[in-house]
Amino acid sequence: MTVNAWLQVLLQSVLFLLGAPLLVAWVRRVKARLQNRRGASWIQPYRDLYKLFGKETLVAHTASGVFRAAPYMVFASTLLACTVVPLITVRLPSAAVADVIVLVGFLALGRFFLALAGMDVGTAFGGMGSSREMLISALAEPAMLLAVFTLAMTAHSTNLASVIDHQLISGLILRPSYLFALMSLVLVAVAETGRIPIDNPTTHLELTMIHEAMILEYSGRHLALMEWAAQLKLMLYGVLIVNVFLPWGIGTQLTLPALATGLLFVIGKLLLLGVILAVAETGLAKMRLFRAPAFLNLALLLALLGLLSHVILEAAA
Amino acid sequence: MNPTLPLSLILAYVAVLAALGSAGVALATGRLPGAKGLMFLLLGVSGAAAVAAGLMALASIPAGGDLPLGLPWLPWHVRLDALAGFFLIVVGLIVLAVTVYGPGYVRDFEHGQDPLSALGSFTGLFVAGMLLVVLADDAFLFMVAWELMSLSSYFLVVYQHEHAANRRGAFLYLLMAHIGALFILLGYGVLAAFGGSFAFDAMRGATLSPLWASVAFGLAFVGFGMKAGLVPMHAWLPEAHPAAPSHISALMSGVMLKVAVYGFIRFTFDLLGQIQWQWGVAVLIIGSISALMGVLYALMQHDLKRLLAYHSVENIGIIFIGLGLGLIFLATGHPVAGVLGLIAALYHTLNHALFKSLLFLGAGAILHATHERDLERMGGLFRRMPWTGFYFLIGCISISALPPFNGFVSEWLTFQTALQSWQLSGGVLRSLIPVAAAMLALTGALAAACFVKVYGVAFLGQARTRRVRRARPVTFGMRSAQGFLALLCLLAGIFPASLLKWLNAVPDQLLGRGLSTATAHGWLWLTPVAPETASYSAPIVVLALVLLWWVSALLLRRGRVRQVRRCDPWDCGFTDGLPTARMQYTATAFAQPIRRVFGVLFHMDERVEREGGGIRHQLHVGDRAWELFYVPVARRIQALSRRVTRLQGGNVRVYLGWSLGTLLVLLWLIS
Repeated sequence: MTVNAWLQVLLQSVLFLLGAPLLVAWVRRVKARLQNRRGASWIQPYRDLYKLFGKETLVAHTASGVFRAAPYMVFASTLLACTVVPLITVRLPSAAVADVIVLVGFLALGRFFLALAGMDVGTAFGGMGSSREMLISALAEPAMLLAVFTLAMTAHSTNLASVIDHQLISGLILRPSYLFALMSLVLVAVAETGRIPIDNPTTHLELTMIHEAMILEYSGRHLALMEWAAQLKLMLYGVLIVNVFLPWGIGTQLTLPALATGLLFVIGKLLLLGVILAVAETGLAKMRLFRAPAFLNLALLLALLGLLSHVILEAAA
Repeated sequence: MNPTLPLSLILAYVAVLAALGSAGVALATGRLPGAKGLMFLLLGVSGAAAVAAGLMALASIPAGGDLPLGLPWLPWHVRLDALAGFFLIVVGLIVLAVTVYGPGYVRDFEHGQDPLSALGSFTGLFVAGMLLVVLADDAFLFMVAWELMSLSSYFLVVYQHEHAANRRGAFLYLLMAHIGALFILLGYGVLAAFGGSFAFDAMRGATLSPLWASVAFGLAFVGFGMKAGLVPMHAWLPEAHPAAPSHISALMSGVMLKVAVYGFIRFTFDLLGQIQWQWGVAVLIIGSISALMGVLYALMQHDLKRLLAYHSVENIGIIFIGLGLGLIFLATGHPVAGVLGLIAALYHTLNHALFKSLLFLGAGAILHATHERDLERMGGLFRRMPWTGFYFLIGCISISALPPFNGFVSEWLTFQTALQSWQLSGGVLRSLIPVAAAMLALTGALAAACFVKVYGVAFLGQARTRRVRRARPVTFGMRSAQGFLALLCLLAGIFPASLLKWLNAVPDQLLGRGLSTATAHGWLWLTPVAPETASYSAPIVVLALVLLWWVSALLLRRGRVRQVRRCDPWDCGFTDGLPTARMQYTATAFAQPIRRVFGVLFHMDERVEREGGGIRHQLHVGDRAWELFYVPVARRIQALSRRVTRLQGGNVRVYLGWSLGTLLVLLWLIS
């Protein structure tokens, strides 16, 4: 039983690793269709990663060991974060190892090294990207923590598996606090994964880029790890949103049919989320950097409203 | 003296005596050849003995005794219980690190104009003072030791007195320390009046009316808060701490602030009997504001030591958030959550002592190697001083509350305490605590931003000045002191459950109940309330992180292209040479977006001046506490003083009249 459970953690990591590029391909294809283009092939992100892994790795003279360690650190911490979010079943033993606060901590750890790597080479772009990334994350992280606190206080647990379990057991109740938390988490996810309107993952325009500015000096396998980590992060936030707020269909037992159903459901939900993201990105324009705090303050406010409405309206019993 | 003195108390006496001995020996430095070595050796003995005494105190029952000192009718009482033991360990560990670090660092001063004997002797007195504060079991000894600590640290702050800024900072420190001491004295006075004696035992037995208890609490909160550097009374801290030599800054920020925290815990949780929840609310609010303002002001600094001093304000705020939560839960009858809050605060106390001392020692190493404190003039130090760079990085990760290091564990525990607020019945409390948790979350994220700035600007990138480009690694002793603290940071982060087991003795003796659930599932699991509520397993996390790193590195090293080629950074099409060091982002530039977003909270003076052909940008970010708190208070006091000076008319007959009046009033009072 326990061996099976831990094997399932391994399976989930592999699913995350393989699925993340696919989700990106899906979003890109939907966006292309919306813009009347045909779009790249389904396997283009895999091809890109394969190409980068095979290329020579260049490191600037001015870079130190931090620059070379950062891709591994970013990749490892993001993947670790992925292993604690229930993907196809709630019977996930790794959810007890690290609760949702630790999950936020993992993401922060990866970001810390990403930002340091941006400053390591000593060019203007890297520092610019790091500075902006830390501003965005400084405002997004508390909003995310508050949003998950709302869930944690409802379920009386910070363990993600327990939170989802509680959701499943209590059934579909429309709680205002959940609605606020969901809206806040969506805004945070957009900001943290560097999507429009906060950052544009396809731009290399000096004045606007954030994530791309930090990894500008990377090449070869280092770049591949960074790109893969970014794709993992997108899928992580997607899974977090769909599985925590709409957990229906997720496997509650460790049987093969339950896992298969869970997989099918999560794929369907992620595809739907991908469409929403693509539509939003097509319809919106990127904001100026100094409009971003307003966007994130809204997220923080929504999260706080969610928590307060939980405290005042729902927990009175 | 008690003939059967327990070993823990003997060790504590040894620690105090060794520190005093070190102070004595220091007077001979410069005259006797081996004196410097003996001075540091005695200081090391003091630290080691304090750690040993503390460990034994955590494992045994409280031990007390009398000292053959003090007034005839008021001998000095000493008591070593688990709380005192815990703080002895905190003091001892940092003193040990400073002892190893000191010999290399003070080499700069040996040939300077300031005598080494003064530095060593006041350091010894300072350490002895801190140890005695923790050991004291009556208000008399407590205040004497408190003054010894404050006064000797004043002389350490003013040590390099040739700089006017140091003299100014030191005077401010002296002033604030004494105003604080006055409040503490008054607080003890209230307790002593009800208890009938200055001994802590009598104070514990005293029954106070709720009003008087609140008065005593308020006095103690202001007094200890002033020393600990809570907003808005913090303004002396970033002036005074950076002025001292770096290893003393480490002692002041790492340990002396903790002694103030000790005083507050002793006064509130131990001596004052019945806790009221309103106190907890006050502590929680002040703590949250301190944490947020501390980190925001730290972000605006580019003097490394000042920046670290502001981070002390932040971390003290986090400790007081934990204490405030503990007070609220204890007062409303939720002992499990209350104990959890206290434990979180104690854990953060230890953690802050470790990583803040580590960072101050690192800042000292940079200062020693480059004579620079200004971040804007550093850069690329990681390659010049790899060990210091590595240890400093550990300190940065720890203070930024990132897993799997120690700062994360204590913030995690604080969050877990806050999440217990569903147990409370009042709507106000239940909505206040989440807001405090939000401020704590914001603080943590901003601290990470700040330390990306510090590390990125100082240690990464390219050197901005010639002196920094030629920096040399520091001595082995200085490096190993940092390594020692970095190792402790790592251990406290990976094995929180084992550490909590020891820490449990403190609430066990203080409040009569521990937190047995937290460590009930072995050393692997930290489960503060219950395993189904929350669990965290730092050892597994570290193992997984290392394993993932190792596997991915292993797989990639086997790839088709193994070599890494060194090349020039991308130069945006500049044809004449590489990007220069001046093109890098500076610390001020890094913090500019945050400065703009939180602009209302700062006193900003930003101007652009045109002179000749060039343009000069000037930016000064001031502390709002000055204009909002210090200046109005100072103005009131001045106005009051001016009124009092009317008494001084210069006429002898008027003076005699006043004397007669005073005498009559006194006679009337005692009759």
